[in-house]
Amino acid sequence: MAKRIDVSGLHVYYGDFLAVEDVSMTIEPRSVTAFIGSSGCGKSTFLRTLNRMHEVTPGARAEGKVLLDDMDIYAPDVDPVLVRSEVGMVFQKANPFPTMSIYDNVLAGARLNNRRMSRSAADDLVEESLRGANLWEEVKDRLNKPGSGLSGGQQQRLCIARATAVRPSVLLMDEPCSALDPISTLAIEDLIHKLKEEYTIVIVTHNMQQAARVSDRTAFFNLSAPGKPGKLIEMGETNKIFTRPDKKETENYITGRFG
Amino acid sequence: MTTTDAPTVAPPPKGRRRIGDVVFAGLARGSGLLILVILAGVAAFLIVQAWPSLAANTANFITDRSWDANVRENPAFGVGSLAFGTVLAAAIALLLATPVAIGIALFIVYYAPRRLAALLGYLVDLLAAIPSVVYGLWGIGFLAPQLVPVYEGLARNLGWIPLFAGPASTSARTILTAGIVLAVMILPIITAMSRDVFHQVPQGHREAALAMGATRWEMIRLAVLPFGKSGIVGGAMLGMGRALGETMAVAMILSPSLAISWNLLQSGNQTIAGHIALQYPEATGYGVSALIAAGLVLFAITLVVNMGARYIVARGNKES
Repeated sequence: MAKRIDVSGLHVYYGDFLAVEDVSMTIEPRSVTAFIGSSGCGKSTFLRTLNRMHEVTPGARAEGKVLLDDMDIYAPDVDPVLVRSEVGMVFQKANPFPTMSIYDNVLAGARLNNRRMSRSAADDLVEESLRGANLWEEVKDRLNKPGSGLSGGQQQRLCIARATAVRPSVLLMDEPCSALDPISTLAIEDLIHKLKEEYTIVIVTHNMQQAARVSDRTAFFNLSAPGKPGKLIEMGETNKIFTRPDKKETENYITGRFG
Repeated sequence: MTTTDAPTVAPPPKGRRRIGDVVFAGLARGSGLLILVILAGVAAFLIVQAWPSLAANTANFITDRSWDANVRENPAFGVGSLAFGTVLAAAIALLLATPVAIGIALFIVYYAPRRLAALLGYLVDLLAAIPSVVYGLWGIGFLAPQLVPVYEGLARNLGWIPLFAGPASTSARTILTAGIVLAVMILPIITAMSRDVFHQVPQGHREAALAMGATRWEMIRLAVLPFGKSGIVGGAMLGMGRALGETMAVAMILSPSLAISWNLLQSGNQTIAGHIALQYPEATGYGVSALIAAGLVLFAITLVVNMGARYIVARGNKES
């Protein structure tokens, strides 16, 4: 079940340094939302606060409110482990577990919550997840081979299959194609189109054509000045952001005139 | 200052050998060769010195349990019980130390606050700096008396297991005590190796586990332990190498004897290194040569364990 994300007044700190200032936005279910902006503007940092992954970084903390449908993910009694099984994540560098087979990689997360999965249920989940990630046909004959033997693009789709096998409601993608060639990138973009029927998808990308191709809504982040915190400048329908943005800063960025 | 002319074509530089390069290369090569020479020299020394007694030995050197070597004619001695004791003590040490070392390393890297982790790492390294004679004194003077009631309890409650059959030694100077002391001694190397490899686990693997809803322990199980396996095994084998050869602490704890016994609570077992240390001052006749033959066996065992460790570590590196 895809869920809506409601962020209000979110600040992110690294120690005393304010990295992202006062972000409020709504991310619609069953749609793709793209975050664009120059390097270091806080979009990846902000993305990681949506499943509390920023807490892995020593000293990082967030203030403000993030609602996943009706659940406040920063409420004191909420376990970050549960948040992350609801809000999955795919990273810039494909990171399948190197010692595990393709089969075990897909099941790695699902097995955490369901130890006693029957063999047939596990087989079904692997096939369903790999089909869902457009990878099944390529790997069905070598499921017991290590995942590290796949190409970069296949590894990234394996990571997507691994994330969806946990059955999250939201998928966060942090520059999932930045290490991939154009063909593999296209495969992932096709996959994102398909996945948005079931999931809420948020993707951080440096590639503006990619944002234009895959997303329904786009959020533009920028720094007001070097050393200052990143801010959400503008958010809207992707079409509108790329054709007639409201803010001058956004227009400068998308037309290639920086600053 | 003169104006520079059009660059004249310089003659191709002669392959002039600089004296510094030659000296340095020679020194480096010499040091490298020296290690081979030393190793070969030790092996040759052991074989040559051991040969007279081995040739004259009237008992089976590998299986016999007697040690009648301090004679001028017809010595009869075997290294079987000593080799058994050596391996048993090292195995006990390894069994006790490895889980603790992994626990300490995981705590230092993933659980402890940074300051405590640094302090703890320092303290563990300090354990490695304690001389083994001090460990021996600690084992015989403090640990053994403390263990007497523990061993009695073990014999009373678990005596049906042959390992713990009673009656327990009243001095607790047994192979188990030696194994415990050895475990403390090899703890630092296993901890250090495990800690280093845990530090190297790629952040991507750890985040992958956490991002799909793994708890910290599940993250360790999914990402850290599989990655660190070869480092842990390598550290354990290096620790075992040390435990096999450790002399002083063992010689102080175990009394001289030549039994082969699985019983951990009774004295009787002895290790090769301990035996050599205890027997050497009194060795006469073929005695010294026989002790050197025992040393040769220890040398072989240690060599095999170390080579095994390197093989496992190298294979692990290739996989990941």
